[in-house]
Order: sequence, then C-alpha cells, then structure tokens
Amino acid sequence: MSVFHNILPAVFDSAPLASDWPGGFWAHMIIFIVILFIFVIFMAMAFIYFERRVISRFQIRIGPNRIGPFGLLQPVADVIKILIKEDIVPFNADKILHLLAPMAAITPAIMVFAVIPFMNGASLVDLNIGILYIVAISSVSVIGLVMAGWGSNNKYALISAMRVIAQVVSYEIPMALVIIGVVLFSGTLSMNGIVQAQSIPYILLQPLGFVIYFLAAMAEINRTPFDMLEAEGEIVAGFNIEYSGFKFALFFLTEYTEAIAISAIITTLYLGGWKGPFLPPVLWFLIKVFAVFALIIWVRATLPRLRIDQVMGFAWKCMLPLAIINLLITACQVIFLPDLSQWVLVVANFVITGILIVLWSRFFRITGDKVET
Amino acid sequence: MKLKNYGEGIAKGMVITMKNALRRPITTQYPEQKLSVSKRTRGNMLVWDKSKCISCSMCARACPVNCITMVTSRDENKKLQMDKMDYDAGVCIFCGLCVEACPQSCLYMDSDYEKARYSRKDLKFTKEDLLMTEKSKPSGYYNPENAAKLPEQTLLIDRK
Repeated sequence: MSVFHNILPAVFDSAPLASDWPGGFWAHMIIFIVILFIFVIFMAMAFIYFERRVISRFQIRIGPNRIGPFGLLQPVADVIKILIKEDIVPFNADKILHLLAPMAAITPAIMVFAVIPFMNGASLVDLNIGILYIVAISSVSVIGLVMAGWGSNNKYALISAMRVIAQVVSYEIPMALVIIGVVLFSGTLSMNGIVQAQSIPYILLQPLGFVIYFLAAMAEINRTPFDMLEAEGEIVAGFNIEYSGFKFALFFLTEYTEAIAISAIITTLYLGGWKGPFLPPVLWFLIKVFAVFALIIWVRATLPRLRIDQVMGFAWKCMLPLAIINLLITACQVIFLPDLSQWVLVVANFVITGILIVLWSRFFRITGDKVET
Repeated sequence: MKLKNYGEGIAKGMVITMKNALRRPITTQYPEQKLSVSKRTRGNMLVWDKSKCISCSMCARACPVNCITMVTSRDENKKLQMDKMDYDAGVCIFCGLCVEACPQSCLYMDSDYEKARYSRKDLKFTKEDLLMTEKSKPSGYYNPENAAKLPEQTLLIDRK
C-alpha cells in the first residue's frame, strides 16, 4: 500500500495527500479516477476532431465543419451514430471472447494515464517505477485485439490479429531499449522525476532515441505507415470487421486513447513534460501533446502503408541495432563524461545520429536485397 | 559513393504535404458556394424565345430521340402558330442538335444544372415552362451573343 500514499489531488493541487479530506483515501481515489476517465474520453473526442481537421488540411480539404461551430460537435454526432447501431454477433463466433475483447483492449489503454504527470506531481499515482509500469501495461491492449481476432470467427480478423502480435512484440524491444537511454540520463524511473530532471528537453540529448521511440510508438499504436492491423486494402478492416455498435465504439476509443497515451509519454520523456515558460504547466502539457499528435498526423498524411515483411525487417534489422547502439553511447556518456556540458553532448549526439542513420541506410534496404549506388 | 537513399525521400514527401497544408483548401462547399460552369455548357433544359420563333418545327425534326413534340396550325392570315410544344427532359440526351437546327436562333440550351426532380412526370415541360424570362440563363452553346453575357468559367472557388 505504500505506493498509494503518494496519491495526489490530481490536476488542481500539487500538494501531497490531504488527509483531512472528507471520505478518506478511497473517496479521493474514486473521485480522481472518474475525473481522469472523463478527461480521457473528452481528449479522445478532441483528438478525433483534431485529426480529421488537420489531415484534411494536409489533403487541401476543409474537413468536418457542418455540425456546431467549426464542426466541433462532429465527434458527438459520430458517437451517437455508432452507439445507436445494431450490435451484431457472428453466428459461429466465440461469444464470450467477442464480448470481452473490447473491454480487454480499452482497460490497459486508460490505465496508462494513472502515472502521466499533468503538472508537477499532479498524477493519479506518482509511481517510482512509472515508466516501467507504462511499458508493462501498454502492450496488454494487444491481448484484446487478439481476442477480437480469434473470437470473431473471421479470416481477415484472424490474419490481422496474427500481424498485430508479430508487429507489437517486435517493436516493444527497441522501444524499451531507448527508454533506458532516457532513464540513464534522468537517473529515475518516475515519470515526474524524469520531467524534473530535464533541464533541457531530452529530444536534444537523445535525438536518435526520440526518432526510434517515435517510430516504435507509431507501430505500437498501429498508425499509418505501420497500420498492418487495419490495412483496408488487404484485410478490409482487420480485427474489428465483425464489430458494430458499442463494441466498435470501444475499439475506436482504444485507438485514440492509445494515441493520446503515446503522445503524452513522448511529451513526458522527450519534450520536457509540463515544463515551459509563461503558461501554466497543464496548458504546456496539452500543447505539447497536441503537437506530437500533429506530427503523427503529418506522417500519416505523407507515407503509404508498408508491407508486413518490411515492417518486421525494419524493426529487427534497423531499429533494434540502432537502439542498442544508442543505449551504449548513452551509457558511455553518463559514465565517462558526467561533468561535460550538456550542450556539447547535444551537438555530439546530433552528429552521431546523422552518421548512424546514413550508415544504416548503406547496408540495409527496406525494399529487398539489391543494394543500388 | 554518392550520398543518397538515406531517407531523404521521406523528407521530400513530408515537405510536399506540409506545403499542401499551408495552401488554401480547394473545397467548394456546394449548396452555399457554386462554381461558374462553362459558357458553352449544355444544361438540363431548353430556353425558347417566343418572339423570334416562326414555328417551323425544325427543332422537333432534328431531335434524334423525339423528345420535342410540336403541333402547329395556320391562323386566319395563313401564318404558322404554335399550338403545342412539349419537351420531355427525361428523354432528352442534351445533344444540342435542336439548337443548331433552329433557323432563327430562338432556341437555346439552358446553362443551369440543378433540374433534378423527384418524379419522372415532373420532367415533362410545356411551352410555357420553356419561355425565356429574366431569370432564365440561356447558354452560349451555338450562340456567341449569349456567351458574351455569361460569367467566365471558374475551376476553383474565389479563383479564376
């Protein structure tokens, strides 16, 4: 129970647990869980609106602008439309798995938010192993997707489930390795401690780590160009092909909740979290989260989907060695050059990143074995 | 060794999408905003100038699908007059041959394109429906003097 003594009155106050609150410990816990849950739901709707508007600008369109001012009520209309649809279960489906799969998918995605610091210390639980908890919990969502793929009794859903296992498990490894780089610099596993340790954002100290983490995270949440899971052209809609109504809404919510979670984690690890001048910390945090998501949308608007063998080859032949090299370099810098100015390390790391990326492009081709040039 | 294939293609693509993002959207929000169609468009209607017509029935004869039905008679001065001129836009193929056949240039295509109806019988027009009024916009098809009155064609909204 000792970890729960760090529980904080969430986003409003950074003071430690106010023991004189009425209702005691569990009342606080339940109130702030509900607040966090509502925040996640509203952020997911905001992200859906934001993505549709931003990607339509990348495609020289306007995007949804008919319902409400600037189309702001479009996600609400979409949710209402999805929820009043008929809930269809396939005849030969595994009905229990089919029912449990959306819940198994959404629960870990929301659980990630327990350790995200919105302000100095303002997280639901300030775990001292926060980032380890995130690495452990965020890949559990895959079980929900696999349950959906198996339980639907549909060949496309099953293919999609097989793909997502292979992909997510592969990208977990470089992702965890580059997180260790951040942890070496900050000296702590606590999310709030990592933010406090960043006198300059770690994207400058760890440019290669940021690139690898960003790409691995895109693969982890199955966004284009790594959306093998949904691949509309090949496997129609993937795991959610047999889902409709409320269950489909939960899968949709899972996708965007994971996107928010990944944006928030990148913000915390590499962009200095809630730190920033002039504006209140919560606002800085949200601005950075939306900026990271805009970058994800930008990549989605640009790049086509990769083949499954290209995705796997990219993970094992490119990302994994680079993540290990990044870890080695970071460890050497922390051990042998602890007193060196951080700005020297920034320049050195950017040079190393450029050299490594060019070097890897020399002896690794994503399109096959033939090396041109 | 030339330095290429290190991911610069992705960077170029990202720059292109960013340039697109900074452009103005090209969407025409249709019911509120409308583009000007070509001056020589063959729209979904005929416009008939009664004052110039000599009731010669050349248009009805030129029609390849017989969508113009014409009944004429001679009045007391032995002059042709139009008793009936029915036009079925549901049959019409909008080829414009009737307009080209008219010796007096008194029959025009319309430049309007919003003539959809809920029922097929609403597409049958009599000569009163075809009459030229202030509201009707005869197209410049085979009629350069009509074309001069119409606005320039626009391909993008608010832009030439």
